Amino acid sequence: MKRQLILENGQTFVGEAIGSDTERAGEVVFNTGMTGYQEILSDPSYCGQIVTLTYPLIGNYGINRDDFESIKPAIHGLIVREAAEYPSHFRSQFSLHEWLKKEDIPGLEGIDTRKLTRMIREHGTLKGRLCSMDANVHEVAEELKETPLPVDQVSRVSTKNQYINPGVKERIVLVDYGVKKGIVKDLVSEGYEVVVVPYSWDADNILALQPDGIVLSNGPGNPADVPEAVETVKNLLGRAPLFGICLGHQLLALASGALTVKMPFGHRGSNHPVKDLRTGQISITSQNHGYTVDPDSIDGTPLDITHINVNDKSIEGVKHQHYPAFSVQYHPEASPGPEDAKGLFNEFKTYVKNSQKASGRKTYA
Amino acid sequence: MPKRTDIQKILVIGSGPIVIGQAAEFDYAGTQACQALKEEGYEVILINSNPATIMTDETTADRVYIEPLTKDFVSRIIRQERPDGLLATLGGQTGLNLAVELAEDGILDEYGVQVLGTSLKAIREAEDREEFRALMNRLNEPVPESDIIHSLEEAEAFVERIGYPVIVRPAYTLGGTGGGLVYNEKDLREIVPNGLSASPVHQCLIEKSIAGFKEVEYEVMRDGNDQAIVVCNMENVDPVGIHTGDSIVVAPSQTLSDREYQLLRNSSLKIIRALGIEGGCNVQCALDPYSEDYYIIEVNPRVSRSSALASKATGYPIAKLSAKIAAGYHLDECINPITKTTYASFEPALDYIVTKIPRWPFDKFDSANRTLGTQMKATGEVMAVGRTFPESLLKAVRSTETDLTHLQHPKGNGFPKEELEVRLQKADDERILYVSEAFRDGFTLEEIHQLTQIDRYFLYHIEKIINFEKEISQSGLTEELAYKAKRSGFSNETLAGLTSLSLKETEERLHTYGIKPVYKMVDTCAAEFASETPYYYGTFEQEQESLITSKPSILVLGSGPIRIGQGIEFDYATVHTVKAIQEAGYEAIIINNNPETVSTDFEISDKLYFEPLTIEDVMNVIEHEKPIGVIVQFGGQTALNLAEDLAERGVNLLGTSLENMDAAEDRDKFEQKLMELDIPQPLGKTATSVDEAVNIALNIGFPVLVRPSYVLGGRAMEIVYNESDLLRYMARAVKVNEKHPVLIDRYLTGKEIEVDAISDGETVVIPGIMEHIERAGVHSGDSIAVYPTQNVEADLKERIIDYTIRLAKGFNIKGLMNIQFVIHNSEVYVLEVNPRSSRTVPFLSKITEVNMANLATKAIIGKSLKEQGFTTGCLPEPELVSVKVPVFSFAKLRSVDITLGPEMKSTGEVMGRDITLEKALYKGLVASGMKIPTHGSVLFTLADKDKEEAMELARRFHRIGFHLLATEGTAARIREENIPVTVISKIGGDSPDMLDVIKQGKAQFIVNTLTKGKQPARDGFRIRREAVEHGTVCLTSMDTAEALVKVLELFTFSAEAMGQSGKRVKEVLV
Repeated sequence: MKRQLILENGQTFVGEAIGSDTERAGEVVFNTGMTGYQEILSDPSYCGQIVTLTYPLIGNYGINRDDFESIKPAIHGLIVREAAEYPSHFRSQFSLHEWLKKEDIPGLEGIDTRKLTRMIREHGTLKGRLCSMDANVHEVAEELKETPLPVDQVSRVSTKNQYINPGVKERIVLVDYGVKKGIVKDLVSEGYEVVVVPYSWDADNILALQPDGIVLSNGPGNPADVPEAVETVKNLLGRAPLFGICLGHQLLALASGALTVKMPFGHRGSNHPVKDLRTGQISITSQNHGYTVDPDSIDGTPLDITHINVNDKSIEGVKHQHYPAFSVQYHPEASPGPEDAKGLFNEFKTYVKNSQKASGRKTYA
Repeated sequence: MPKRTDIQKILVIGSGPIVIGQAAEFDYAGTQACQALKEEGYEVILINSNPATIMTDETTADRVYIEPLTKDFVSRIIRQERPDGLLATLGGQTGLNLAVELAEDGILDEYGVQVLGTSLKAIREAEDREEFRALMNRLNEPVPESDIIHSLEEAEAFVERIGYPVIVRPAYTLGGTGGGLVYNEKDLREIVPNGLSASPVHQCLIEKSIAGFKEVEYEVMRDGNDQAIVVCNMENVDPVGIHTGDSIVVAPSQTLSDREYQLLRNSSLKIIRALGIEGGCNVQCALDPYSEDYYIIEVNPRVSRSSALASKATGYPIAKLSAKIAAGYHLDECINPITKTTYASFEPALDYIVTKIPRWPFDKFDSANRTLGTQMKATGEVMAVGRTFPESLLKAVRSTETDLTHLQHPKGNGFPKEELEVRLQKADDERILYVSEAFRDGFTLEEIHQLTQIDRYFLYHIEKIINFEKEISQSGLTEELAYKAKRSGFSNETLAGLTSLSLKETEERLHTYGIKPVYKMVDTCAAEFASETPYYYGTFEQEQESLITSKPSILVLGSGPIRIGQGIEFDYATVHTVKAIQEAGYEAIIINNNPETVSTDFEISDKLYFEPLTIEDVMNVIEHEKPIGVIVQFGGQTALNLAEDLAERGVNLLGTSLENMDAAEDRDKFEQKLMELDIPQPLGKTATSVDEAVNIALNIGFPVLVRPSYVLGGRAMEIVYNESDLLRYMARAVKVNEKHPVLIDRYLTGKEIEVDAISDGETVVIPGIMEHIERAGVHSGDSIAVYPTQNVEADLKERIIDYTIRLAKGFNIKGLMNIQFVIHNSEVYVLEVNPRSSRTVPFLSKITEVNMANLATKAIIGKSLKEQGFTTGCLPEPELVSVKVPVFSFAKLRSVDITLGPEMKSTGEVMGRDITLEKALYKGLVASGMKIPTHGSVLFTLADKDKEEAMELARRFHRIGFHLLATEGTAARIREENIPVTVISKIGGDSPDMLDVIKQGKAQFIVNTLTKGKQPARDGFRIRREAVEHGTVCLTSMDTAEALVKVLELFTFSAEAMGQSGKRVKEVLV
């Protein structure tokens, strides 16, 4: 069955329908990773977005039980050049098409995804809608133009209730703005007791848990859409070591007085080189963000830039000058993508240990 | 860190001649490296013995030495040049081994030469099996259970512990020479001793076989700041068990989950960090298809064939950046030359799939063992780019130039089930075709998977191709199916074959539907960043990215995969054509499909189309680009074969006209033309049936030279001495009919002369006349060529020049031509005229300093030779003598007869140049890999017809102190000359027989002309093969043997009193 992608600029891409038959709109973004589609599909940071994968052959190793980044995918649509009908992998349980259908996610295959990518690169991300062939292109485009991007994605994907991942070491509170399972997994594998709390918790609630460290998770959308979270982070600063990842990084920046801006088409993929300015070392990182910390807004804030992107020099990491707080724009937990930046979890560990020493608190396993 | 300023002068070691396992990829790597270092302001000194390379062009380095790649010669250059640094990781295994040798010898320390890039310690740690295994154990990286063995007994002990199957890999060899997969004791006894003798350190790795695992390679880079990246990973379609050089490979990996991808990525990076690699490196892994268990197979601490493939597959120039890293740069300081806006410290993202298919020499060697295993057999490879696996696979299939246009076995359908099963299980070069035939014959995917272990993902797509064929046959070429078929990579020819349409009708149908390809850019970043790289591939999508400029353009057709008969020489000429076109103010566009070469470096041309060289794919580019003309004469037979079809479609062919090219190739027209020009040629005629062939042969008299018309490199050409041999030949080697005539010529013995000339129709420039050491009958590509001629009288030379000028004018040559003459009884005969660039163009260009391809191209596109400062005639000859010596890869090809004959067998060439012929020959022979001990024994086994001639040779060997060994008959004849000789019994006779003598290394040289023929069972064949297996010099031509004696005599007189040797030289020259 044919299906089309209608963009707000009136352009259309006609291909074959895969997945669910529902029509869905969203911001159309591209990801350049060559592996890891299952992780991308289930990454809550894509909430409300239609993702096109630049690698043309998707679904080759199927969908398995283990590689999800969240239980309920939040993505609005998937666009690929070819979706494998016949996945081949010992862990595979569903084909891409089967799984999309099961999760009620519409998809489109067979279009010139490179053309779409170049269009996004030239014009910035575009709003689009996956429609049936009888949709009126003009009307849909007009409607898309008039509809603002949603502002409630974080509340949609954040956990409603706190939950605990028991551990034998320090207690870490992980604020869930749309956390990927990978972050939880890496914290748990450190031996921490990880308490995941909803994004809406204020500082008092969080501090009542007496955390040894706080991780601000990744999440979807514009950080400016969650001012309450910025407020919370402000109040947490200096009360416990803070580690921000992706959206968490942007929230730390905003809480420290910096600003964030929307990027034309963002960074989404598994090959972004990031330089650690302190060591001069490059890591290849996994990224997924459409907003970035404005470098012009750093002056006068208590933040030091610790990491930059080698290609566009955008800010990839900051550190607070007075408090034990740091953050990165990329994903040290990888999943999917390279694991070069896993060392950041060790850095966090050092913060946690030092802070314990300073406070004289001990953990008893 | 910015570049190092403590070094100024850098010595770069090249990889030497093209052999199986080490091909054009090192010309590409070396050229890039030299240029990168020159760009940085270093003084670059290059040594390489292979003249047929862009790398050895004077402009590539500050000083180029075309000298043998041996410790002695390189040491001499080090003493002369006193370089500060040595770059050894870009010259393949040859360069690496040489650097290790130089270091061990103390030369590097003595002259303060630093090894740049990856250190020798790292090289040793990666190459030495024991050290490597120890490192893997320290790193906790899994390696298959294995042991280092130095003897058969040790191998047997290992097998007792681990069981079969096991793999044997000799240490420090190219392309896995001498190794193999061993299933039983018999194989073990054969392969282990072979492997041990193939290894320069007499050491093999024996390991548990993990055949059937996925084979995955990572191309990685690391800089001095410990920053490491993966440029590309690749997955072999053929699972572990087949050498990666002989495997069909796709990039990036297709069946690995992200978890597996990262698992192997982490290991690869961990390993190169532990080794301390500085530059490019290749890590081979094996992954269990049913778990996440993996093994590290091996690490190549240098750029390689795989890195050339990865560079072309991604656009990321590994060799260039390896050179920059060696010069001290860090990855984040180097600009990505494709995007020009991003940096080299990132990992390319592909938005297409690349398929590589090896090109094997089995079309030339019908007796060769085609089974594929751990020893590489391919001479070259092709790459194709597409947006889906079927598209890139089918494009690659038709790029191989094996007459395939589709996954369709040339022998047709309907193989017996049992045969298919065997063919699927025991992989040979045609396995992918048998897979297709099996699907056609109703095998299930699961059955084929069980037999081949090929991942189901790949099999599924092949099955889909086969099923789709049926759909097209049934429904006809509807618009929908046509679009789908083109997007799946089907060629027009295949579509025509599946429907009732002719090719022309198919083309018209597609035209009506408006189905044509667009060209997408290879940009390293999946369109994330804007790039201006002029590197494109065709696919059936919406958006056209290749924009046409207003500048008039000229299209050059490349020469496709490296194979015997069409080697790197043609890529050399192609590159120079491109440069000449640019110099003349045009845009130069190139189409080629060989990922190893310099011509497919996107920095060479204004636009590179990485596409198959078929009429369809070429016409698509032409229709898009609308060049003012197409040049076909530099791409060897590949490009030439397209000329007629191109002309038919109204394409403007630049250079010699199609009519004249045809007159040179068509036997009858050629004869006609030569009669007109009054130039003699051996009697000959064209036969279109077996009867006719016999009649012609009887008329002109035996021996005759027979060959099919329109062939490359003397394929299927043979000298036939009588009628029954002729009949046998006609039955075995050719299909003769009206469309495929067979040429029959009188075989004239005599000195063979080769001439390359350039003509613009008015002026004919002859850069040089070459003389072959081997008499006519040995293919010119397999002969030692000497320039200037040493034994051709002035009047004959004049006649050769005169004939050449007449031929150039007579055939109205515009561009290059190559002529072969034979001097028979003081008369000059023309053997063949090739209206195109030839194998000798780079050799001759380098020694005469006339850039022939450049000159010819300019002559073709409008600047007359006169305007370029030339007049008709032969250029003056230099003082120095140069020889071009062929290099063979027989050690890699079991059961191939090494006898030289009209059919070409060599894979590469080297050059030797010095003040005398003998010195030049010495250099050439040494450079070709020949070991030349100055004393020892020579074993003669001669055919009756050669015995008389051989006596002089025997005498000369004896006189310089060699001990003679011979079989009964030959020995008797030698004794008659009063020369002492030891009789060796025939094969199977009293011990030690001839094979024992060879096996025990008791003969240093073998002169064998025994039972020339194509029956491998014969004794002569067994002797020759035994010699190859044991690395003993075996000469099958009396002329080569004579040349060798000349060289040996050179040594002896340096050890004797002056008066004595003076006499001797006179005698020798008589």
